[in-house]
Amino acid sequence: MTVPALAVENLSVEFRTRSGIVRALENVSFAVDKGETVALVGESGSGKSVTAYAVMGILDAAGRVTAGRAMLGGLDLLAATPQQLADVRGREISMIFQNPRTALNPIRAVGRQIADVLIRHGNVTRAEAPARAVDLLRTVGITDPARRAKAYPFEMSGGMCQRVMIAIALAARPSLLIADEPTTGLDVTTQAVIMDLINELAAEIGMATIFITHDLALAGQRARRIVVMHAGHVVENAPTRELFRHPRHPYTAELIAATPDSAASLDDLASIPGTLPDLRRTDLPPCRYSERCPRKIATCDQPLPAAALGSPHVVACWNPLT
Amino acid sequence: MTALLDIAELTKRFPVGKAAGPLGRLRLRRAGTPEHLPHVYAVDDVSFAIGKGETVGLVGESGCGKSTLVRVLTRLLDPTSGIIRLGPRELSLTEARRFAHDPDRARIQMVFQDAGDSINPRFTAFDAIADPLRQLKRLGGKALAAKVEWAAEQCGLPLPLLTRYPHQLSGGQRARVGIARAVGVEPDLLVLDEPTAALDVSVQVVILQLLRRLKAELGMSYLFVSHDLSVVRLLCDRVLVMYLGRIVESGPARAVFDSPLHPYTQALVAAVPRLEDDGRARLRLTGEPRSPIDPDPNVCRFYGRCPRGADACKASMPVLRKLGAEREVACHFA
Repeated sequence: MTVPALAVENLSVEFRTRSGIVRALENVSFAVDKGETVALVGESGSGKSVTAYAVMGILDAAGRVTAGRAMLGGLDLLAATPQQLADVRGREISMIFQNPRTALNPIRAVGRQIADVLIRHGNVTRAEAPARAVDLLRTVGITDPARRAKAYPFEMSGGMCQRVMIAIALAARPSLLIADEPTTGLDVTTQAVIMDLINELAAEIGMATIFITHDLALAGQRARRIVVMHAGHVVENAPTRELFRHPRHPYTAELIAATPDSAASLDDLASIPGTLPDLRRTDLPPCRYSERCPRKIATCDQPLPAAALGSPHVVACWNPLT
Repeated sequence: MTALLDIAELTKRFPVGKAAGPLGRLRLRRAGTPEHLPHVYAVDDVSFAIGKGETVGLVGESGCGKSTLVRVLTRLLDPTSGIIRLGPRELSLTEARRFAHDPDRARIQMVFQDAGDSINPRFTAFDAIADPLRQLKRLGGKALAAKVEWAAEQCGLPLPLLTRYPHQLSGGQRARVGIARAVGVEPDLLVLDEPTAALDVSVQVVILQLLRRLKAELGMSYLFVSHDLSVVRLLCDRVLVMYLGRIVESGPARAVFDSPLHPYTQALVAAVPRLEDDGRARLRLTGEPRSPIDPDPNVCRFYGRCPRGADACKASMPVLRKLGAEREVACHFA
């Protein structure tokens, strides 16, 4: 068995706030193999982005990693020094953020922003960098790249800004890309093109991708494996087709039933009763879904079953669907 | 079906460029030269009707003029030319500014995209719902409170929540306030601008089912603006597809999505992610849309991005023509 590109093990993250400690992540574990695309799926507040931020070491100052490891090859990202992290970020792992317009530097021409990354991580000299930046803009499908390299983010459409961000993320040919809702706010036609682009480039340089989204249908189309999160827990982790055909966690099943694409009419759509529990509570049940769950049994008050190691289909439930 | 709202040859252009600002206009007036300003053709020669009790979907990518069209027909903006008729009344004759105090204002209401941003943060839910009733129906006191509670109940908003401010409400509850505010004055036409775009799927389902129930119970018509095609397919009777200011295809929602005729609609439908992906190659649009500033009237707006573009598309712009009983398409090849 090969070493995965990234293995997150038992990651727990807390945020200290004025109104109490938010247990944002608890025992989150998953792995991404080399060249594989894994999707993290869940509703807002489920901890998808916090997972990514923790791995990248860019958590908010109020956040603290209380347990766990994130192994990138031999390096534990959660225990790495700031110097080590600075070398790894951009070279080994890159991230694409949700809103390209706010994530790019508004007062720096996009070509220079790409050149900055190349000079820092890409073994490119200062003199060569601008020309290489133009090459990269061409790779991500921007027409007239030499002229566009001099443009500022506000002069470009949302789709073009996202292409620039992809160019920045992939400039140093990283081994792992984290894409946090890369197409939210873009049109479906642009979304399809951007996702094609990410997939193509990932395949070309053999890069692993963690794709964070709330759109189950989009995740299904793009990822080989889906990790479903709910209230800071991984509730299910399975190969895409398997997950859609035989969801085992009740929450996954409800999420699929609520996706508009699955239904022939509005009556076939089912809503998910209840809301996410308040993660500041000190009396959170071991299974954070149990208070919404229609399949709750007495065992649900016990600590969650330990995941079978190396199992292809992991489900954190005492009474899963069969 | 009688038409509730009838729109004919509606056009809205915005002047752009250095000379378009107030100073530039002043300078032009001083100089006395009727110089031609470049214009953005945001909505260009759009005609359609919405029947009583009908739900019409409006889809298209950002920048295609959906929002401008909505703003013109809800009379927040004045059209450059064209006719907007609500029942027997010709609305385009009244200036947008005057229409704000018109008795017919209450007949067209709008639900905005993100209720978190569109509700005054210093209004409680009660005030937010009460405001249009005070302004348009001149209600006060007990009658006002009764009407607000009625609207909240219709929208499934628990009455104790009425004293809360928007930031104290969840996304789904805020969406309900946004809908209750529009429904309170009992409009004939409700314009919904991506009402569920900011919501999670589990909440989205509840809001969509609420909208459908409200429509049946209160007998409203909907214009539903969205770029989520799977939602439009579920909620709408008819759909209009817009591209760069023009309607390129219209027809019954199911028929349009099952067998799209215009190449743009085909690309749009192909781009929608499906739970069960069959893995076949899909149609993709390349390149950027043409500029909406002073577009060539003899070139199809989709030319350049269209996979079927031919010489005929540069020689004359295709007009919307009928195809069968219910469908219309603007393409030389459909």
